[in-house]
Amino acid sequence: MQDKSFVPFTEDMIKDYTILVPNMLPMHFKLMMRIFETYGYHMELLQSSGHNIAETGLKYTHNDTCYPAILVVGQMMDALMSGRYDPHKTALIMFQTGGGCRASNYISLIRKALVKAGMEYVPVISFSLAGLEKHPGFRVTVGKLHRLMYAVLYGDLLMDLVDQTRPYELTAGQAERTAEEWIRRLGDELGTSRHVDYRKVRENYRRIVDDFAAIPADRSQRKPKVGIVGEIFVKYSPLGNNDLERFLIREGAETVVPGFLDFCLFTVYNDIMDHTLYGRGHVRYLAEKAAFRFLCRKRREMNGALTAGGLFAGVTPFEEVVEMADEVISRAVKMGEGWLLTAEMVELSRSGCKNIVCTQPFGCLPNHICGKGMMVPVKKLCPGSNIVAIDYDAGASRVNQENRLKLMLANAGQ
Amino acid sequence: MKLGIDIGSTTAKVVLMDGDQVLYQKYQRHMSKVRQTTLEMLRAMADQVPVAEASVIVSGSAGMGMAEAAGLRFVQEVYATKEVVTRLAPDTGAVIELGGEDAKVIFFAGGLDERMNGTCAGGTGAFIDQMAVLLEMTVDEMDAASLQAERLYPIASRCGVFAKSDIQPLLNQGASKSDIAASIFQAVVNQTLTGLIQGRRIRGKVLFLGGPLYHCAGLRKRFYETMKLTEDTASCPEYALYAVAMGAAMNAEARDRIAWDELIHKVEDSARREAGRTDRLPPLFDSEEEYQAFCRRHARASVPSRDIGTYEGKAWLGIDCGSTTTKLVLLGEDRSILWSWYGSNRGNPVSLVKEQLETLYGLCGRRIAICGSSVTGYGEDLIRHAFHVDEGVVETIAHYTAARHFQPDVDFILDIGGQDIKCFRIRGGAIDSIMLNEACSSGCGSFIETFAKAMGYTVEEFAALGLKADAPVDLGSRCTVFMNSSVKQAQKNGATVEDISAGLSVSVVKNALYKVIRAVSPQELGEHIVVQGGTFHNDAVLRAFEKELGADVVRPVIAGLMGAYGAALHIMHSQKSTLLGPAALAAFTHTSSSTVCKGCANRCHLTVNRFADGERFISGNQCQRGLGLKDVQELPDLHAWKRDYLNGLQPVPGPRGKIGIPMALVIYEQAPLWHALFTALGFEVHFSRQSNRATYEKGQYTIPSDTVCYPAKLMHGHVMELLEDGIDTIFYPELTYNVDEGVSSNHYNCPVVAYYGELLGGNMEELESVRFLHPPLGLDSQRELTATLLPCLRQLDGTITRGQVKKAVAAGFAAYEQYKAALRREGEAALAWAREHGKRIMLLAGRPYHIDPEIGHSIDKLASSLGFVVVSEDSVCHLAPVQYVKVLDQWTFHARLYRAAAYAAAHGDVQLVQLVSFGCGVDAITTDEVRSILECSGKYYTQIKIDEITNLGAVRIRLRSLLGALEEREREHAG
Repeated sequence: MQDKSFVPFTEDMIKDYTILVPNMLPMHFKLMMRIFETYGYHMELLQSSGHNIAETGLKYTHNDTCYPAILVVGQMMDALMSGRYDPHKTALIMFQTGGGCRASNYISLIRKALVKAGMEYVPVISFSLAGLEKHPGFRVTVGKLHRLMYAVLYGDLLMDLVDQTRPYELTAGQAERTAEEWIRRLGDELGTSRHVDYRKVRENYRRIVDDFAAIPADRSQRKPKVGIVGEIFVKYSPLGNNDLERFLIREGAETVVPGFLDFCLFTVYNDIMDHTLYGRGHVRYLAEKAAFRFLCRKRREMNGALTAGGLFAGVTPFEEVVEMADEVISRAVKMGEGWLLTAEMVELSRSGCKNIVCTQPFGCLPNHICGKGMMVPVKKLCPGSNIVAIDYDAGASRVNQENRLKLMLANAGQ
Repeated sequence: MKLGIDIGSTTAKVVLMDGDQVLYQKYQRHMSKVRQTTLEMLRAMADQVPVAEASVIVSGSAGMGMAEAAGLRFVQEVYATKEVVTRLAPDTGAVIELGGEDAKVIFFAGGLDERMNGTCAGGTGAFIDQMAVLLEMTVDEMDAASLQAERLYPIASRCGVFAKSDIQPLLNQGASKSDIAASIFQAVVNQTLTGLIQGRRIRGKVLFLGGPLYHCAGLRKRFYETMKLTEDTASCPEYALYAVAMGAAMNAEARDRIAWDELIHKVEDSARREAGRTDRLPPLFDSEEEYQAFCRRHARASVPSRDIGTYEGKAWLGIDCGSTTTKLVLLGEDRSILWSWYGSNRGNPVSLVKEQLETLYGLCGRRIAICGSSVTGYGEDLIRHAFHVDEGVVETIAHYTAARHFQPDVDFILDIGGQDIKCFRIRGGAIDSIMLNEACSSGCGSFIETFAKAMGYTVEEFAALGLKADAPVDLGSRCTVFMNSSVKQAQKNGATVEDISAGLSVSVVKNALYKVIRAVSPQELGEHIVVQGGTFHNDAVLRAFEKELGADVVRPVIAGLMGAYGAALHIMHSQKSTLLGPAALAAFTHTSSSTVCKGCANRCHLTVNRFADGERFISGNQCQRGLGLKDVQELPDLHAWKRDYLNGLQPVPGPRGKIGIPMALVIYEQAPLWHALFTALGFEVHFSRQSNRATYEKGQYTIPSDTVCYPAKLMHGHVMELLEDGIDTIFYPELTYNVDEGVSSNHYNCPVVAYYGELLGGNMEELESVRFLHPPLGLDSQRELTATLLPCLRQLDGTITRGQVKKAVAAGFAAYEQYKAALRREGEAALAWAREHGKRIMLLAGRPYHIDPEIGHSIDKLASSLGFVVVSEDSVCHLAPVQYVKVLDQWTFHARLYRAAAYAAAHGDVQLVQLVSFGCGVDAITTDEVRSILECSGKYYTQIKIDEITNLGAVRIRLRSLLGALEEREREHAG
């Protein structure tokens, strides 16, 4: 049922509208935006941060809504009212998965906020694989998805390499600078041609890994590894998690953050499960199954490049991650981050990263089940795992969060 | 030598050790001057025990910042505790440590595990302090009193604000302070058990640490009794206060060594730089002139008064018996104030009102005749019965009456009282919408008071300091409980008392504006705004409000008396009063006793108040039964009907043995289906009983997430109950998708309802020894259910065939359809009956499980007692068309809400009241939609947030306000 006040993003809008993108995964999103540029879109990543983002969000949404929604709405409204953009030539975009979690309502919440602010004419694009809404000017095609996949793969690779290099580098900031440089180069490459050259991709993988391997670093003293799992937004977004990664690095840890592709695989896999369990969507099932196999192969390929030199640790094959869920939670649990979150905790623990931060917005519904609800069984399954749950919201005090993290780190140091 | 410094949220401790020997120990409240206090303590120590150098470690939540600034090593406090226990009490199984604002449990036996309270937690030292203030006792007095307790009242244990709203009515109803004190401690115990123990059994000895446990024998007693501990299995050692500091000292190593002078120098240096990085706001006033202009402007909003010593003639009395204070106002014929009184309840409003009436009668003499009296507020019923007050008027109406008198064009009233915020918008001379704060943010005025007292100031002094703040701290606008931590952080960063006072005022204002009213701009509130309530006597709050709004507002000089003033105005039509006269007052006595009502399964705790003239007033009841009333007319109540229907699903003996199903969450909707299905297969189906408080307590130890909704938490108790009944096969379906009613874009369940079985399986050890089935099932068609259910049933009994399941599924769906049809019929019948008998209809909407007496607190019965015919959302939603809503309409239960709202919107005689469980994430989405559907048709929207709170007082005010507004509106229409 489509809402009557729905404002579509039309084809005419492509040429002179600026599309504002909320900041969740800076590296990945920057690459994706370059790809969209080749299709004629103008996009801008919102980089604003600070206290007033949440404040603005609270003003325009129900205060009991999840924290990511408050932040995204806050960031978007803040941008629209900053005077930097012409609201009549601006559109908003939000990444959306759909499903039984209330997060599938983000688009509606943004739209309601726009109405409240008297800017109901601003189109809001839901970027979704589930095809929740149709925008004539913003079609998700297989071709686009295929190219976006490489942005995700590159992003995951760079994120992983930064994580594994940053704690040991001799010159502070070199790993991040290297990543930024690559984002620029890859962006130029992806942003100039719609053609994907497989050989070039593999070549890039190799050169990226080599560049990071060449960063002068001292790995003789291994630092305790700390994994970060949780609700997708607060897991990745520094704005959402009070700069969690930076805090952990400062406290002398090495962070391990499961990649974004895993989440994409998770959503694909759930459609397969819908068919297996309830016999839903047979045609879609076949397509998704092929997509799943394809993505798994691409992930393996990238992993091969990552581990080739023997310096960097690789990722567990996704097919194995899926099976790890089975030991504690049913794969039918698909809302939010669902079984993937639980599986990631098991995977991290088994691959030698026993210290885990489970991040969630305060009162996150799926995380009651697959995050906090699964800690007892995960600890039972993986003795010695050191898991801490951290809640994020507009009112949560940083001191409290940091204190709990310090406790986890004190135990990690043993 | 080793030195441990532990700076907690309220106190600082230092311990100097030589090997394992303690040379010096001291603790002191730091009153938020963290670094300064530490410096003083170190100097004081050096005077007694000269130290040349020491290995120093800092610990404690407020110590983090200082350690960083002074370049000292920091050790997390739980980690420090562990060190002490490992050395001094190695046979310890678990440590329970309560601090100023932290609660911790550390498990040693059976795998080390350390747990601290999360962002939402109350049962700590600060909570106890707050409660002591409420009881007007010191913590020591409260502790001593608690040991004399005879009974325990249920008090919400999640956080201080909730507990407060439970305690206040108890005080007002005259419950004994010792009983309340013990109940408060019990709430702390429950909070620790549910929040931190979380399902884990404690094995081995329990060690109690931290100030509150060390100082309060009564608190320890509650822990001992609840956890069934003895002196052999638990102890609270001498070093309980210093454990963290000692642990810090023990952790110190050679690399932490520092010369004494250098240490002092570093701490001094850090103290100088104490002003930190907390976000700051502009000052409340830019200049002294601005302040003077502000004072002059507000002084104009005054009320005429006359000397009671010379006045002759008629007078009317208004009493406002609020949650924390009681106010009395006497008006003369020209509506001038003859006399007024404002004071704290001190826990017993009855004796207080008696005192004041005596004073008043003394002043009146024979010159003044009291022609009418009216009472409003939390204590309305009690005071009305005690003193034969002419009428009781609901708070909102009283306040509007007062404000209107003051500012005839008033279109918005904001009242911030001791523990509640009330706002109402006035349109066309009638109250148009009422907003009350939800249970989670009702801190308000008394919160500032508590903070002021904790820092050693009166409220007035504290407010005056705030006015002079240079850079108020920005504390955000969330629930006041969270502010404790924000203030802690500000203190860590060295904010002054002035800045904190002003910051708290701003946050109270923001809380009201953005949390309760949820306004975007001041224009949205109205043009003529009147603010009132005791909290607005605080100039800092008033100023903060005006600044936040960017507009001037009217604050009557009698801001704190408006309820009483309005009540008096409301009764001015009366010519002869029933109020107890001087003679009757002299003979007045009041006793209260407590008892348990046996009228129904709710087993309400009743407080029976008896007065000298034989008048009796009973409170604590959830319904009219047990009040000794005869022949109460029973109005149709669909919630009750549904409960009865489900209770009628009895076990039918069958060859395949017993199967247990918890009567919780989705089962409240689907019980008929599963009952018929399993019965047809030859199982004896046992449902757990509808919940009460004991159900919750049975399962509370196994709840892993303390912020999940109450209906989900109750699930654990239901499973325990089935297990206790000896049932060894338990079933709870895993339903990503609910029944498709074909009216929404999808038909999901919420994640909690859908997957709670997963959580139970992982967290309830008890389920490991029985068969617990929670298969993912599909309900879209009989075929799908048959296919998904078969494998799981085969596991249960290999002889079950597909054919049998197919038949059983058909029977299940038939029973479900039958139930739904009966429900719709019954709903229509109730509507027809109400219309025939001219009764108001309340559409009490929520989720199917809200009819559970423990979840819904029998609000349906309360509505019934107010004269409403009660229907449920699922009994009438079929009467309205499918709704186009602005949000994704994809949950089965919620789609019903939208249609029910549309039905209420289309029918003048139907009022919708939405029940919302605290922590229900999905309702953050639905409430706005339901509201907009109703308000588009000019209807009132009433939302009631429910949790484990058992106090119905606030709900009653809410519903009565609604009733009052309806009556007012009808009068307007008639006239």
